[in-house]
Amino acid sequence: MSMRITQGTFSFLPDLSDEQITHQLKYCIDNDWAVNVEYTDDPHPRNTYWEMWGLPMFDLKDPAGILYEVNQCRKAFGNHYIRVSAFDASSGVESLRLSFIVNRPAEEPGFRLDRTDTAGRNVRYSLHTYSADKPSGERYS
Amino acid sequence: MPGANDDDETLIDLQQELRSSHVQEVLERLDHELVGLVPVKTRIRETAALLLVDRLRKKLEIASETPTLHMSFTGNPGTGKTTVAQRMAEILHRLEYSRTGHLVSVTRDDLVGQYIGHTAPKTKEVIKKAMGGVLFIDEAYYLYRPENERDYGQESIEILLQVMENNREDLVVILAGYKDRMDVFFRSNPGIRSRVAHHIDFPDYTPDELFAIARLMLDELNYRFSAEAEDAFREYIRIRMTLPHFANARSIRNALDRARLRQANRLFAAAGALTKADLITIEAQEILASRVFIEGQRDLEGNAGAAGRASGAPD
Ligand SMILES: Nc1ncnc2c1ncn2[C@@H]1O[C@H](COP(=O)(O)OP(=O)(O)OP(=O)(O)O)[C@@H](O)[C@H]1O
Repeated sequence: MSMRITQGTFSFLPDLSDEQITHQLKYCIDNDWAVNVEYTDDPHPRNTYWEMWGLPMFDLKDPAGILYEVNQCRKAFGNHYIRVSAFDASSGVESLRLSFIVNRPAEEPGFRLDRTDTAGRNVRYSLHTYSADKPSGERYS
Repeated sequence: MPGANDDDETLIDLQQELRSSHVQEVLERLDHELVGLVPVKTRIRETAALLLVDRLRKKLEIASETPTLHMSFTGNPGTGKTTVAQRMAEILHRLEYSRTGHLVSVTRDDLVGQYIGHTAPKTKEVIKKAMGGVLFIDEAYYLYRPENERDYGQESIEILLQVMENNREDLVVILAGYKDRMDVFFRSNPGIRSRVAHHIDFPDYTPDELFAIARLMLDELNYRFSAEAEDAFREYIRIRMTLPHFANARSIRNALDRARLRQANRLFAAAGALTKADLITIEAQEILASRVFIEGQRDLEGNAGAAGRASGAPD
């Protein structure tokens, strides 16, 4: 049973095709946003800092250059989650504008909910990533 | 035959197609902007025609492959390769073979790193910047140094090869340089050679063409030669062509820059009232003051290197 992870924009839609990704990248470039390619094998929602694939790209004229990096990253980490994030550096904004998944592992084991009883019959919940039981690098092999 | 069917007789208006692509304007600009270069202009026209027809074939679904567009421009320095590459990028853009029509011009230093692991990211960075447009690699043969088998240039060549093959819709590569060295480069890199479809050779300019180029350049800057200056400049061209580091149109541009400098100095020294004619006229003395005319003594001034790339050139 696979549990499809829904993080970032478009994640409730079917996976984007490369052509659709290209259109999104074009939108980022047209807005002068700096675009990052990032990957991880720990998709816990609180894991905000994914590994960076290369440096942010902010001076490209065409989305093909970014898609090129996405494909290079897919080649190296085909069974990881890969996302594209676009950062708006304009004054007063300085924050993420868009982030979407462009690659996911074939099998997504998903999460388990852990309940812990604490004082006064209170319950604390935590989210446990099944894949994170294995050491980093072996999680989706 | 693929695509041969009932609508074989569909009429196609090639002229209309040409007009709607607005390629004609670029070709005309090329004609105006550049003196001489007839064989080059003809080849560019032919290439544009081929690409236009290819585009039509694609529209009618006779062909589907993107044609190989990578090119090699060979010729001596200053024969207009960069300028023509710029126009070529525009033509490709108008024919919809290039999405952006921009040109990124690089040499070995921009592609090849200094230490292990430095080259691939550098080359990829350049490629990404050029994507959507045209990558112009000047003196491309410096990428290949057979005398040093550990040279990082090879790594760069391999990445370029991959991209030239796999990203044909994203990037057009133009390799430029001296003809003989380029031939050697292609012979030792058959992979590159087989991916370059168009070879265009740039001839040297004749003295008359160089003079016409000078006139054109002055015109653009709103200057003109006096009658005596014209004669002096023709003489200048004759001598300059025999001296080392002669770089065709670039030498002309450098010579004119210096003449303008001298003219400004003369006007300044005269310190009198000036007419508009004074401001736009280059006199013979500005030309004759050139070191070219004191050939043999040119080292005495000891200011070689002032002209950067043309260092040592007696302009
Ligand atoms: N036929 C021409 N008519 C007018 N100007 C020209 C012509 N050819 C070259 N020029 C001018 O000469 C200068 C040098 O040309 P360009 O940089 O295109 O030469 P190049 O062949 O690319 O040289 P290199 O490969 O050494 O860089 C430019 O300023 C260009 O505008």
